[in-house]
Amino acid sequence: MYKVTINVDPKKDILDPQGKAVQHALLNLGYTNAEQVRIGKHIVITLDGNSKEEAYDIGIKMCQDLLANPLTEEYTVNVEPC
Amino acid sequence: MLRVGVVIFPGSNCDLDAIRAVEIGLRAKAVPLWHKDATIDTDAIILPGGFSYGDYLRPGSIASHSPIMQAVKRFAVNGGPVIGICNGFQILTESGLLPGTLLRNTTTRFISQDISLLVTSNQTPFTKHFAMGQRITLPIAHKDGNYQADPATLHTLQENHQIVFQYTDNPNGSHWDIAGISNKEHNVVGLMPHPERALSDWIRTSDGLQVFQSLLAHLEAQP
Repeated sequence: MYKVTINVDPKKDILDPQGKAVQHALLNLGYTNAEQVRIGKHIVITLDGNSKEEAYDIGIKMCQDLLANPLTEEYTVNVEPC
Repeated sequence: MLRVGVVIFPGSNCDLDAIRAVEIGLRAKAVPLWHKDATIDTDAIILPGGFSYGDYLRPGSIASHSPIMQAVKRFAVNGGPVIGICNGFQILTESGLLPGTLLRNTTTRFISQDISLLVTSNQTPFTKHFAMGQRITLPIAHKDGNYQADPATLHTLQENHQIVFQYTDNPNGSHWDIAGISNKEHNVVGLMPHPERALSDWIRTSDGLQVFQSLLAHLEAQP
């Protein structure tokens, strides 16, 4: 079994109003050095696979098919045995 | 009798308004279609507003993979008229039937209000009855209506007269004030405002009625 960890984040040039609102809240709390906040999604999938490479490829395919919107989001896939 | 399909996903909440709009605006038979249905036997399709699948992951993303959407894609490719309203618009962009995407409003707030729009294309089956540049009022009710597309896509939209509705006072940050677009063939339309909630003057505006009467005229002109 493999634990596939996927992070989906807004692309750098895409406005992230949620991140912006949280940044303002952090500034109000006195974290004056919080220069930028970006909010994405953290998805953990446990799956059966023959190898780490296969699990990675499945993770990438899942991002392409559903988990990320290629127009506005970028993603990373990380695999470890579990 | 003309038949117009209204697709119901888990979490749709404007389906009954859409059915009523078909009955009032078109005097046609509204056919409820379930998200698990795999075939379509109607003259047009409405994807209503709501929060399909709880808006999980991204609004419209999970609905775009449902069995009915595979049938809607075939219907659309064959030239069938399809309109996606609010969440229906989000489903159309997620399924690739319309370009671009709808992100969180720049205010991060849910906006529910009547809004002024310009009709910028009357080449679609849903806008035939409008004059070009006609100013209309429709309600909006959304949190993710911020239409975004890359510059090349925006210019293509403009060249092909695919920008159908534009806000006169942009409420959500949409590129080029876009409130609604069509595909290149003009038979698929998506918009954030709710024409199905604007059918009588006693609920403040009846401008939505013309969307459905346009569709009626379009369908009656078919051989």
